[in-house]
Amino acid sequence: MTVMVQAEQVCKNYGALPVLKGVTLSVDRGQVLVLVGPSGSGKSTFLRCINHLETVTAGRLYVDGELVGYRERAGKLYEMSPREAAKQRRDIGMVFQHFNLFPHRTALDNIIEAPVHVKGVKKAQAVERAKDLLHQVGLSDKADAYPAQLSGGQQQRVAIARALAMDPKLMLFDEPTSALDPELVGEVLAVMKRLAGEGMTMIVVTHEMGFAREVADELVFMDGGVIVESGPPREVLSNPQHDRTKTFLSKVM
Amino acid sequence: MTAAAGSSPAPIDAVPLRHPWRWVGAGVIVVLVGLFLYGAATNKAYGWSTYAEYLFNDRILLGVWNTLQLTVYAMVLGVGLGIVLSVMRLSPNPVFGAVAWVFLWIFRGTPVYVQLVFWGLIPTIYQNIQLGVPFGPSLLHVNLQSLSIPFLLAVVGLGLNEAAYMAEIIRAGITSVPEGQSEASTALGMSWGMTMRRTVLPQAMRVIIPPTGNELISMLKTTSLVTAVPYSYDLYSIASREIAARIFEPVPLLLVAATWYLVVTSILMVGQHHLEKYFSKGISRQLTSKQLETLAKAQTEAGHV
Repeated sequence: MTVMVQAEQVCKNYGALPVLKGVTLSVDRGQVLVLVGPSGSGKSTFLRCINHLETVTAGRLYVDGELVGYRERAGKLYEMSPREAAKQRRDIGMVFQHFNLFPHRTALDNIIEAPVHVKGVKKAQAVERAKDLLHQVGLSDKADAYPAQLSGGQQQRVAIARALAMDPKLMLFDEPTSALDPELVGEVLAVMKRLAGEGMTMIVVTHEMGFAREVADELVFMDGGVIVESGPPREVLSNPQHDRTKTFLSKVM
Repeated sequence: MTAAAGSSPAPIDAVPLRHPWRWVGAGVIVVLVGLFLYGAATNKAYGWSTYAEYLFNDRILLGVWNTLQLTVYAMVLGVGLGIVLSVMRLSPNPVFGAVAWVFLWIFRGTPVYVQLVFWGLIPTIYQNIQLGVPFGPSLLHVNLQSLSIPFLLAVVGLGLNEAAYMAEIIRAGITSVPEGQSEASTALGMSWGMTMRRTVLPQAMRVIIPPTGNELISMLKTTSLVTAVPYSYDLYSIASREIAARIFEPVPLLLVAATWYLVVTSILMVGQHHLEKYFSKGISRQLTSKQLETLAKAQTEAGHV
C-alpha cells in the first residue's frame, strides 16, 4: 500500500498564536481517516493545510509523495508560484461545511465549471460526466436547479459531485454535515459511505461518531493543536486511553 | 379533527376592504395637477410654440447625439479604469494599493468642474508630446496645440473623475462576495484571475449594477459641465448658449433640453432593469417560470397515470 498523505511535525501559527503544534500522521491510499476533536483543536486548519489553503509554518506535508506548497532543491525550500499551487490542488477535492456552491450557476454548471475551465475538458463530455455524478448522488432531476432552490443536504451532495468531477485522488471533508438539519445528515453520509466503499482516499473532519465507527479505517482525536490519541475507531471510541478523549466522547456520544 | 385530503374546500369569496380616503387623496391631487397644467398651458413665458418648434431641431438632435457619445465614452473609460483601480486597491502589492489610493484621493477630492477646466488647459501646459528614449532619440512627436481635441479632453476629464467613483463601487461589490466562494474556486484549482472572472465578479455584479446605473444617469447630466473644457456641442450648450442666447427665449429651450435628458434617462432605466434581472440569477429561491412550467407538466402527467 502506498502512502497518500504524509504529515511530519506539521505546525501552523497565526501570527503569535500556534494552532497546530506538530501533527504527524499518514494516510494510505484507499484509507478513510476521521479527525475528531473540540472546536478550535486545529482539525479544520490541518485539513486546509493539506490543499495549501493555509501555509504550513513548520514541518513537512506530502501528498502522493509531493511536498505541498513548496519545492525542495538542495535542502532549500522554494515557495511555489500560484500556478504550481493551483495545479497541485486540482487533484485534491474539498467539501466545505457551508457547501460554497456557486449561487449564480445551476447544479450542473457548478459541476462542469472546473473540469471545463481548469482542466480543459470538452463541454459535452463534462456534461455527460456531470449527469452521471448527479445520478450517483441521487439528484438526476435537479440538474437545472440553482443552489438556493435546493435543501442543505441536496446542496452538499452537489458539492461532493463538483469535487468528484475533477477526478481527485484524495477527498477532504470539512464538517460536511454540521450545517445540516438532522434529517438531512443521513443522505450526505450515505454518499460519503459509498465513496469510501469505492476505494476513495478520504480525510473527514466530523462529529458523526456513527460514521466514524462504520466507515473509518483510523480515527484521530485532536485537541489543542496536537494529536492526543489515534487508532482503529472501534477501539478509540469504546476504550479511549486519555482523559481528554474520554471527556470529549462522553459529550458527543 | 383531522380529515384526510379528499373533497377540496370552496375558495374564499369575501367582500374586499374599502379604502375611501385613498379616493379623497387621489381627487385632491388630480385637482392640483389640473390647476398647474392649466397655468402652464396659458402662461406665455413657457413659450410652448417655441418648444414645439425646437424639440426636433437639427442642432438639438446633434446635441443629444454628442451628449450620448460623451456619456458612453466617459463611462466606458470610467468603468474600465475603475476595475483596474479596485483590483489594485485589493491587491497584496503595496505599490499598487498606494497608487490607487492617491488617484482616488485626488480625483474624488476635487470638483469635476475644476478638473474639466484643467483638462482644457492641458494643450497649454504640455504643448508637445514626444515618445522616445529619455535623453535619446525621439520616435513620435505630437503637437497638442495644433490638434482640435476638446471632445477628447472632455471624455478624458469625465472618465478619470468617474473612474474614482466606479473603483469604490466595484470594490464594494467584490468584497460583498463571501470568502467561501473564492475558497471553493481555489480548492478546485482555479487561478486568482479565473476565480475573479468566473466566480467573484459575476456575483459582485448584482451589487455593482444598481449604483453604476445611477452613475450612468448622473454622468449623462454631468456632461452639461463640459462647457468648462470648453466643449460646446453637447445638448445643454447648444440649447442654452447657442439657440436660447440667439432668440432670447431661455425657458422653452431649457424645457427642450430637459425633455431630451428625461427621454434618455428613461431608456437607460429600462436597460438597467434588464441587467439587474440578468445578474440576479440564482439569488431567489423562487422557481423561474420555465421551471414552474416543467413542474406543473410533470404533476399533470403524474396525475393522468
